[in-house]
Formats: sequence, structure tokens, C-alpha cells
Amino acid sequence: MAVLPPFQRFLEDHRDDVWRFLVAAVGRTDADDCFQETFMAAMRAYPRLRPDSNLHAWVLTIAHRKALDTYRSRKRHPVPVEEVPEVAHHDPGLPDGELWAQVRELPHKQRGAILLRYGADLSHAEIAVALDCSEEAARRSVHEGLKKLRREVAA
Amino acid sequence: MSPVPKRPALDRDAAAAAASRFAILAEPDVAYALVETPVGKVMAAQTRRGLACLGYVDQHGSAERFIEELSAGLSPRILEAPARLDEVRRELDEYFEGRRHSFDLAIDLSLIKTPFAKRLLQATARIPFGETRTYRDMATAAGNALAVRAAGNALGHNPIPIVVPCHRVLRSGGALGGYTGGLDRKIKLLATEGIQL
Repeated sequence: MAVLPPFQRFLEDHRDDVWRFLVAAVGRTDADDCFQETFMAAMRAYPRLRPDSNLHAWVLTIAHRKALDTYRSRKRHPVPVEEVPEVAHHDPGLPDGELWAQVRELPHKQRGAILLRYGADLSHAEIAVALDCSEEAARRSVHEGLKKLRREVAA
Repeated sequence: MSPVPKRPALDRDAAAAAASRFAILAEPDVAYALVETPVGKVMAAQTRRGLACLGYVDQHGSAERFIEELSAGLSPRILEAPARLDEVRRELDEYFEGRRHSFDLAIDLSLIKTPFAKRLLQATARIPFGETRTYRDMATAAGNALAVRAAGNALGHNPIPIVVPCHRVLRSGGALGGYTGGLDRKIKLLATEGIQL
């Protein structure tokens, strides 16, 4: 019979993936706040979780929502973010950090899909759950996001 | 060519630091820490109500197994948070240095399932430093003078040894009886309190 692991172990098992995802999603500066909020929310909901749940997809779905909150509050209180390049880049071989900064500029669904696919290594089915859409729609968002990214990098 | 973002490089130290900050900020149902004592390594676990466990790790296979037991028996919202157990560590140190004869720690008997065992351990917690009782005394104190064997069994499963001093319970006639952590520990704890057998 499946049993939920002790939260301490859950934290140890997933902290690296959540951290890496959040650095991609919101940048290094805001990653820590998002990380704290992600695991606070996870701990609140934890005892109600079904023991056979996909814990990896679950915690990354929470992290994704916390990242969305951060984007929203930035819109309300715009602050300069160091990673966003001030001039358009023409170099197709962008360093990863800048490529992720471009990902953050993508439309809502595409940004979420790309982040969860390449920043967290979730399957299309898991992304569908996180974004509350069909698997096909998740696949399409990843595809569209990559296409747009390609155009922007080439521009 | 389509630029596929590579997974960002992992700064493992930064992730670990974020997790440590979480353990300090979070308010888990159960906070635990491993504590070294002169009678071996113990798992100290505390709920909002008080100290729920002070078990000898070697009696539970491994620390990991022990944490799984606590997660199942108390709550899965369990975190390693040594700072929250500073008071437990301090009182244990004082006890083993001979500077403390009674513990001021709140006790949580949530791991005890039967009312008889609960009453028995509450009575055990009141045995003064340096004194001993018999299993029959404790059965009587818990409300059933005939349940001597059940008393021995419940004391053998005391989740909070040392602080709930089940080592002070002996057979009538002065024989040692049993101990949850092995008889060597019982002898050592009694010697700490000046009781020679």
C-alpha cells in the first residue's frame, strides 16, 4: 500500500527540481520567495493528498502557480529585472539565462508550457494537469512557444 | 533551427539553502532532531502539545525508518528542525550532568493508543528522581492492580524514555525487569541517579 513519505523526505526529494524550475520561471532574485511559498502551500495541503499521487507533478504545479502570482505582482509593481536584456539580441546562440528571460516574455500558456516542459521536465500529460487543459492543448502550447521563441531569437 | 531551452543549471547549494530557510520558517505538525546522549542517539520529536518521542534510534532500525513511523503515527507534516528542540537538548544535557532532577518539558502522549497505557505513563512521569517503583505499583497507579504484565508491556513501549522515567520501574524484590532500550541503558540511567543494583 502506498504511503505518503514524511514531508521532510518530500522536501529533500523535490527541492532541486523546484528550485531549478523557479530560477527559470522567475529568475534568481524572486526564486527564494516563490520556493518558500511553494513548500508552505504544499505542506498545508499535504495530509489531504492521495498517497499514490504524482508528487513531482503536483509540487511543480504549485510552483507554477506561485510563479504566476509573481508575474502578476510584477505587472502591478514593475521593477527592473536584471536578466531582461535592454537591447534586442541578434545572436541566435543566446546563453541559456537570456533564453529563459525570453521565455518569460512569451504569452501566458506558452510560457507555462515551455517552463514545465524544459524547466521541470514534465510530460505533456503532466503539463496538461498543471495548466488545466487537454494533453493536446499542452502539446500545442509547447510547440507554439518554441516557434515564437525561434522567431524572436532570429529577429 | 529551433532553440530548445536547456534545463537551467542546478545550483545545489542555493537549493539546499532555500530548503533550510523553509525548515526554519515552516510550522510543521512534528519537528524532529537527532540528539546524542550518554546512552546513545535518540530521536526527539515534538508536536505543538509537547515532546511526543525520545526513542533510541538503534531500536527502530534506522533514523529514516523511525521518521516514517512518526510520520504515520503523528502526522506526515514532519520536518527536521533542530532549533525547535533546543530546550529538550538543554534539559537532557543538564540531566546527564547531574544538574537537573526533573524535566520541565510538556509531554504529548499522542503515540499511546490505550487509556490504561496513557494513565500508566502519566503516573511514571511522576516518579521522583532517584526513586524506584515496582511494576505492580505502576499497574495500581494506572487503575488496575492485576494488570502487572500489561504494565510491563506498556512501559516497554514508552515512546519518551528518560523524560518519562520508565527506567525507575523494577521488579518487586529489586530485579531489573526489562527496558525499552536494552538493560545496559537502564543500569546506566539508574546509576546516573545514584541507584546501584
